[in-house]
Amino acid sequence: MDLVALLAIQVLYAIASLALISVGLAIIFGMMRVINLAHGEFLMLGGYAAIVATSRGISIWLSMLVVAPLVVGIIGLIVERTIIRFLYGRMIDTMLATWGLSLFLVGLTTAIFGNTTVGISAPLGSIQIGDYRTSAYTLFVIAVAMVVLGAIFAVMRWTRLGLIARGTMQNANMAAALGVNPPRVYAVTFGVGAALSGLAGAVLAPVSGVFPTIGAAYVAKSFITVIGGGAAVLSGTVSASALFGTINQIATFVTTPVFGEVALLAAAIVLIRLLPQGITGRFFRRGL
Amino acid sequence: MSGRSLNLVGLVLVGVIGLAFMFLTPRLAELDTVLDLTVYMIMAILALSLALIWGYGGILCFGQSAFFGLGAYTYAIAMFNIGESTLPVILAVILPAAFAALLGYFMFYGRISDVYLGVITLTVTLILFNSVNSTAGPEFHIGTARLGGFNGIPGIPPLNLPFNKSAVIDLEGMFYLATGALLLTYFGLRLLLASQFGRIIVGIRENERRAELLGYDPRAYKLVTFTIGGALAGFAGCLFANWGNFVSPTIFGLAQSAQIIIWVIVGGRGTLIGPVIGCIGIQWLSAALGANQPSGGADVWSKIFANAPLILGIILIAFVLLVPKGLVPTAADIVEFFLGRRRRRREQRGFEPQQAE
Repeated sequence: MDLVALLAIQVLYAIASLALISVGLAIIFGMMRVINLAHGEFLMLGGYAAIVATSRGISIWLSMLVVAPLVVGIIGLIVERTIIRFLYGRMIDTMLATWGLSLFLVGLTTAIFGNTTVGISAPLGSIQIGDYRTSAYTLFVIAVAMVVLGAIFAVMRWTRLGLIARGTMQNANMAAALGVNPPRVYAVTFGVGAALSGLAGAVLAPVSGVFPTIGAAYVAKSFITVIGGGAAVLSGTVSASALFGTINQIATFVTTPVFGEVALLAAAIVLIRLLPQGITGRFFRRGL
Repeated sequence: MSGRSLNLVGLVLVGVIGLAFMFLTPRLAELDTVLDLTVYMIMAILALSLALIWGYGGILCFGQSAFFGLGAYTYAIAMFNIGESTLPVILAVILPAAFAALLGYFMFYGRISDVYLGVITLTVTLILFNSVNSTAGPEFHIGTARLGGFNGIPGIPPLNLPFNKSAVIDLEGMFYLATGALLLTYFGLRLLLASQFGRIIVGIRENERRAELLGYDPRAYKLVTFTIGGALAGFAGCLFANWGNFVSPTIFGLAQSAQIIIWVIVGGRGTLIGPVIGCIGIQWLSAALGANQPSGGADVWSKIFANAPLILGIILIAFVLLVPKGLVPTAADIVEFFLGRRRRRREQRGFEPQQAE
C-alpha cells in the first residue's frame, strides 16, 4: 500500500515536471506557431539565474519563483525583438534560427560558467510514507505545476488579456481589425512563455543540477509533449503530460531511468503516427 | 551562354578540380594535412546526403546524424565480429537505410507535416544518443563487440580491400577512397536528379498536392529519397569510424546534427556543390579557430573563439536572417543579375516571342 502511494507520488511528479517544462513552449507554439528550439536553453538559463541569485544571498524561494522568471522573461523579450519578429510565418526558418540561438546560448554559458554541473540543494526535508521516505520537494514541484496551470487557465478564461490572446491566436487579422496590435501580443506572449520556462528551469534546478547542455535533455521531452498534446494549449499539455509522464515513470520503475525516457519518446512517435493532430485534435477539442 | 551549357561547364569543372585534388594532394601535402582533408571529404558526403533529402526532397531532417552514427556503430560492431571489412561496409549502408525506411514509413505514411518531421527526427536522434550512452557496462555487447556507452568503441580495425583481409588500406588509401567516394556521390546524385525520379521529387518539393493530382504518390517518392539519404549518411559514418578508428555516442549528438544543417544552409539548399563547399568551409573555420579543443586558453577571446557552439550558433542565426538562400544560390543570383541585364538589353532590340510562364 505504501509502495503504491509512493509510486503514485512519483507518477504525479513525472507528470508535473513534464507539464512544467512544456507549458512555456506550448504557449509560444500554440499562440504564435513558432517552434522555439532554444526552449531547453531558456530552462537552463532559468536554472542558472536561480543559482546565481541564491549565491548572492537572495532567499532560494525568491530567486526561484521571482528572479528566474523575470530574468528569462526579459531575455525572451530581447530575443523576440531581435530575431523572432523577422521570421513570423516562416516556420522552418524560425526553427533554424532558434536552433542557432540554442547553440549560441550553450556556447555563451559554457564560456561564462564553465562546463561543469552546479547545483543547489533542495530545500525542505523528506517525508515519511509508511516504510518509505521521499523528498518533500517532490510535492512542492507538483504544487507549483498545479498553481502554474491553474493561473494560466484563470488568465486565459477570465481576463481581458486572455481574451485578446485567445482572439489573436484564432485569427490575428480579425483581432488586428478590431484594434488589437498583434505584434505586441506576440512579443508579450513570447516573453510570458520564456518567463514560464525560466520558472520551470529554476524549480527543477535543485533536482537535476544545471550545466550548459542540460537544455538538450529537456527540449525533446517538451516538444513531444506539446506536439502530442495538439492545438489546445492547456488541455493538450495536461493530457499529453499525463500520458507520457505515466509511461515514463512506470518504465523507469520497471527498468532504468534511461529506458524510461526511451519509452517516453518511442510512445510519442507511435502516438503521433496514430493521432497526427495530437490528443486534442481528437479528444477535448473544446478545451482551452 | 545558355543555362544548359553553363551547367555542363560547371560539371566538368567540378570533375577536373575534384580529380586534380584527389591525385595531387597526397603528393604535395604533409601526411597530417591529408589526414585532416580526409575527414572533410567524409563529412562532405554526409552533407550531400542532407542536400539530397532537404535541398531537393524538401524533407527537413534534423536527425541526419542518427544515420551517420548508426553507420559508424554498425561498421564497428560488425568489424569486431567478422574481422573482414567487406560485409561490415555493406551492413553499414544497409542498416541505416533500413532504419531510414522504417522511420520514413511512420512519418510519410502518417502524413506528418514537415515541421513535425523535424521534431520527430530530432527526437529519434536523442533516443539513440541516450540509449547508446547508457550502455557502458560489460553486459551490453553485440557478439564480441562491447558497446562501451559514453566511452565509445576504440580500436576499430581498419578497412581492407574486398575479400582480402591482409590488404589493409593505409592513410593515403583512405584519402583516395574518401575523395573518390565523394566524387562518385556527387556525380551519382547529379545523375539521379537529372533522371525522371529527380524531377518528380523536386516537383513534390515545390507543390506536393499538384504532384499528387498528377498521379505521383509523394509518400513513396519521399520514402525512397529519405532511404537513399540514410544509406549515404550511413556510408559516411562507416568511413568516419575507419578514419578515427573510434566511435562514441557524440556522433549521434545534437551538435553533430546541427553542423550538418549548418553546412547545407550556408552552402545553399537546392544545390549539391553548395553543401560541399559549406561543409569544407565550416570545418576549416572551426579547425582554424581551434574550436575542436573545448577549453582553449584562459583569456576571454580564446574562450569565445575556441567555442564551437557559440560560433556555429552565430553563423546559423546570421545566415537564416541575412542570407537565407545560402552562399551558392546567392552568388548565382548575383551572376544572373549581371548576365541578365545584358540579356535583357539584347532582348529589347530583338523580336523574340515572349515565353509563357
